[in-house]
Amino acid sequence: MNYLHDIQAFLPGVIIAFTGLITILLESLKRDVRTMYGVSAAGVLAALIAAILSSTSEGGTAFTDAIVYGGWSSFGQVIILIGTLFSILLSADYLKSKSLHFGEVYAMILFASLGMLVLAASNHLITLFLGIETMSVALYVLAGLMHYRKTGAEAALKYFLLGAFATGFLLFGIALIYGSTGEMTLTSVAAAASPTPLFLAGSGLLLTGIFFKIGAVPFHMWTPDVYEGTPTTLTGFMATSAKTASFVAFALILVRMVPETSYESWQSVIQVIAILTMIVGNVIALVQENVKRMLAYSSIAHAGYLLVGMASGGYSAVLFYLFAYTIMNLGAFGVIAYFERTKNFDFTSIESYAGLGSRAPLMGVLLSVFLFSLIGIPPFAGFMGKYYVFASAVQAGMIPLAVIGVLASAASVYYYLRVMVYLYFKPEHKPVHLEKASVLFTATLILLAASTLYFGIEPLVSVTDLFGFVTGISP
Amino acid sequence: MLASYVPILVLFGVAFALALVLMTLSRIAGPYRPNKIKLDPYESGMDPVGQAKERYSIAFYLVAMEFIVFDLEVIFIYPWAVGFRDLGVGTFYAMVVFVVILFVGLFYTLRKGTLDWDMKSLKHQAMKL
Repeated sequence: MNYLHDIQAFLPGVIIAFTGLITILLESLKRDVRTMYGVSAAGVLAALIAAILSSTSEGGTAFTDAIVYGGWSSFGQVIILIGTLFSILLSADYLKSKSLHFGEVYAMILFASLGMLVLAASNHLITLFLGIETMSVALYVLAGLMHYRKTGAEAALKYFLLGAFATGFLLFGIALIYGSTGEMTLTSVAAAASPTPLFLAGSGLLLTGIFFKIGAVPFHMWTPDVYEGTPTTLTGFMATSAKTASFVAFALILVRMVPETSYESWQSVIQVIAILTMIVGNVIALVQENVKRMLAYSSIAHAGYLLVGMASGGYSAVLFYLFAYTIMNLGAFGVIAYFERTKNFDFTSIESYAGLGSRAPLMGVLLSVFLFSLIGIPPFAGFMGKYYVFASAVQAGMIPLAVIGVLASAASVYYYLRVMVYLYFKPEHKPVHLEKASVLFTATLILLAASTLYFGIEPLVSVTDLFGFVTGISP
Repeated sequence: MLASYVPILVLFGVAFALALVLMTLSRIAGPYRPNKIKLDPYESGMDPVGQAKERYSIAFYLVAMEFIVFDLEVIFIYPWAVGFRDLGVGTFYAMVVFVVILFVGLFYTLRKGTLDWDMKSLKHQAMKL
């Protein structure tokens, strides 16, 4: 066995794991949160560079075929690490104002990120399970940070119980697949699979577990409550990086594990779930009064658009969408986190944002950029993402799917624009004293907004240049 | 394929029958003088019946956490040690990495005062947080 090759193949994950251990050690020795914040951000940045470098490399498998690297698996890791990096950068100020600025938060973010990297590189059903569990256990802890609040306790408990059930489904599915094929490596499963009832039941259970993790209807019930009770910047982390990891793992399964004979039945299942997810997510988001719950339902809807890409086999489109979604959604949660820092004022309902566009002009503009991008209005990255996903559906001959997607997306304009109407066209209730944002926080948000714009203007050129393999619409 | 499980089914049957026979035999042949303590369900010497809302020390959970560290260590090191000759030197380094990671966890919990059961210092730490 060639250990050096293995470690190199999983270098981003190794760096993240190492940084996580260092943070834990620092927390036991020094208890200086600022250092840990710096160390973890630097570690994620190093891992990000390693992932970008390896995404242009040839790729292959490592650790006795347990993981894959290179290609779009590594690009998935790039997206995950971008999400992690920006979540860490945005978290410090927000957590400090909520007296939640513990060193363990960074360790947990890093371990969750490690789980996501494993998940996005899984070539083996046990690796998949390991990644999902490492990610989920760390996220359960992060969800329960505000345990002294009713919503926080609810978020942690609900996420943990439902997550444990979903893991049970996933594991049972893996067991049945192993039982019917005698294989665990994705490619070997594909070779050995025959559509016996045992294999189909196993696939169904595996799909259930994955649908739960990506928050697809009808397994979405946990999303709004968990997103509402989790500290806002960490909600952004959950909504972007965790979703990206699950989608990349899903794509790996679809490409490598599903045998050609049963591919069509998988496809039809995903189509139905995609339609349900788009419609339910958007319709329920219309009536939300709480901004975070609105964004939670919007993230369900976005999972639906992503599933359209999965059903039609446009994995590059899905990857670009995930990238765009990560930057714009993290930005939106970041601006909300900024407003939530205000003392003695509750920024949960949409009404509380009335008139803030003139009080905090920069933040108002930034939030509008992120929301316009989430709607999918050109020239922002969200538009290009949606365009690729729906175009890949049209190319695959799934016209009804694309039509439903576009209609659902048109309905979503209402609830995003509603926030902006409150920001700019409604009078302020009572003047509140807004805290000043730190330079780093503002710079991070501006960077996110600028990349939302940049990747909307020349998505193909820049992405191909940067990563060399996301070429056009076809997988 | 299912036919290969028949021996297990037979084993279940034998185990069940044996248990039944032994229990009946001991009831018929042995003396039977029950009292309250003898009939209590056994639970590590604790009173098995009581209030559900009982309070016990948080140190209970802390020790459980330490236990998990050592438990995992044993679970992995034992089979590894048994097969070490066949597995080769490379696995030694892998195991060192594993033990170091576990040790970091142990170190963290110790520094956070898991074995510090003095109530005053616990309160002091809680105040600091």
